[in-house]
Amino acid sequence: MNRVEKEQYLRDYSVLKAQGKPFFPYAVAKDGAMACVVLAVIITLSLVLGAGQGPKANPTTTSYVPRPDWYFFFLFELLRVVKPSSLTQLATIGVPTIGMILLFLLPFYDRGPERRPERRPIAMLTFVVVVAAMALLTYKGAHAGDPTTIGMATPPRIVRTGGATLAEYEAGKAVVAQSGCLACHKIGENGNDGPGPNLTHVAARLPVLAVARTLVNPTAPMPSFKNLPPNKFKAAVAFLSQLK
Amino acid sequence: MARRPAPPLPSALKAPPPRPGEGNGPLSPVEQAKEAGITVVDWVDERTSLSGAARWLMFRKVPKGTNWYYTLGSATLFAFLSQAVTGVFLAMFYRPDAAGGAYESIRHITDDVFLGQFVRGMHLWGASVMVVLVFLHMGRTFLFGAYKYPRELNWVIGVVLLILTMVMALTGYLLPFDQRAYWATIVANNITATGPLVGPYLGDFLRSGPEFTATTLSRFYAIHMLLVPGAIAALIGAHLYLVTKLGTTAPPWSKVDRRPELSETEV
Repeated sequence: MNRVEKEQYLRDYSVLKAQGKPFFPYAVAKDGAMACVVLAVIITLSLVLGAGQGPKANPTTTSYVPRPDWYFFFLFELLRVVKPSSLTQLATIGVPTIGMILLFLLPFYDRGPERRPERRPIAMLTFVVVVAAMALLTYKGAHAGDPTTIGMATPPRIVRTGGATLAEYEAGKAVVAQSGCLACHKIGENGNDGPGPNLTHVAARLPVLAVARTLVNPTAPMPSFKNLPPNKFKAAVAFLSQLK
Repeated sequence: MARRPAPPLPSALKAPPPRPGEGNGPLSPVEQAKEAGITVVDWVDERTSLSGAARWLMFRKVPKGTNWYYTLGSATLFAFLSQAVTGVFLAMFYRPDAAGGAYESIRHITDDVFLGQFVRGMHLWGASVMVVLVFLHMGRTFLFGAYKYPRELNWVIGVVLLILTMVMALTGYLLPFDQRAYWATIVANNITATGPLVGPYLGDFLRSGPEFTATTLSRFYAIHMLLVPGAIAALIGAHLYLVTKLGTTAPPWSKVDRRPELSETEV
């Protein structure tokens, strides 16, 4: 806005303001009514949905799939749709940071005098795209599976071996399923494909020791599993290193 | 107070008017009681001059065409106040003790305390309501072009408030200290730590070290109930000051009618 447009705006605004109504009681009454609605909604939500409490936090058995609260689903889902691990940082840090900077600077790069939405096509298009993208990501994030079992046939060679190997394989399958791995990894037809790599054939890429090392000292944002009890950890490694 | 008309008595029966300098005499106790409120307000105002500020805040005009969409900001403020009040009650019972005290105190609030689950539910769902309202308020501001001259600075403050609201939502998530809280926070913290430049330092600061320890929980608690709410309250003050000073925007479709008789500035 140049100086003429600024002065024109201030003149028009002072006329509109002078023709308006006093804040008290007119706007205050509306605000008060809205406050009652907000309070009623909060109380209703509290009474209907209550406040649950999950199992106690336990750093050693990670039997809970980590999921954020719903208003972070769009960030969570963004993390999952960006598949290549080289781009993970772009999804976790890059996109939110750029979004925040663009939001901060909005009044400094959108300086046109026009305020009517129908005459600001670029702004409105951006608005629709951003809202639609956030809504879609939130929806998909909400419906992302959080499975705690792996439905997968045990390979015949392990069944044939039987004994301790079979038992450890099955135990490891349960540990992996209950440790939240499937929130970010796909194993066969189970779990979410991303942000972590697909683990269906992980043993073909990584030797046993590399699998164990990754579990202890993973790439962020994956949590470390070094606090798992040794037998569970061993079972998980045994299971993963059979995924060829 | 309006004076009632005097009864039509002959002048001989009327009470004589007060002599010059006598005034109206001392007020009767009933009249004094009626005036008590005004007296107190006068007493305070004589020492603080707050009535000017109150008039400036309450009796400013809002532009023609102001509608229900303009209540979203105050609704967000109200949600924040609700969070503050319920938060105070929760803080009376909560213990930021990672060894088990935190989880147990939340269980105590939910199961034992009178109306405990209700207040905790209000705080929990109030957070969602506040996030929704913040975004709706921002959407309204964007659609109406209300971030443009002269309100750019208020937009920037609003974006800071939005981010601080999300920080509140994130730090509050850990406090119940159940599995969900713990693991979601671990992941959020790991993500923070991957950030460029300040990322690792911020991650270490939030965790209070390279590992999640007992201090992490009390640190999140302090951030959640002291640091960020204080910042939010201060910034809401600045936000409201600018709203009052600059005035709320008129809806962008308002027609400007320049006939001078419509533009009386007196309320």
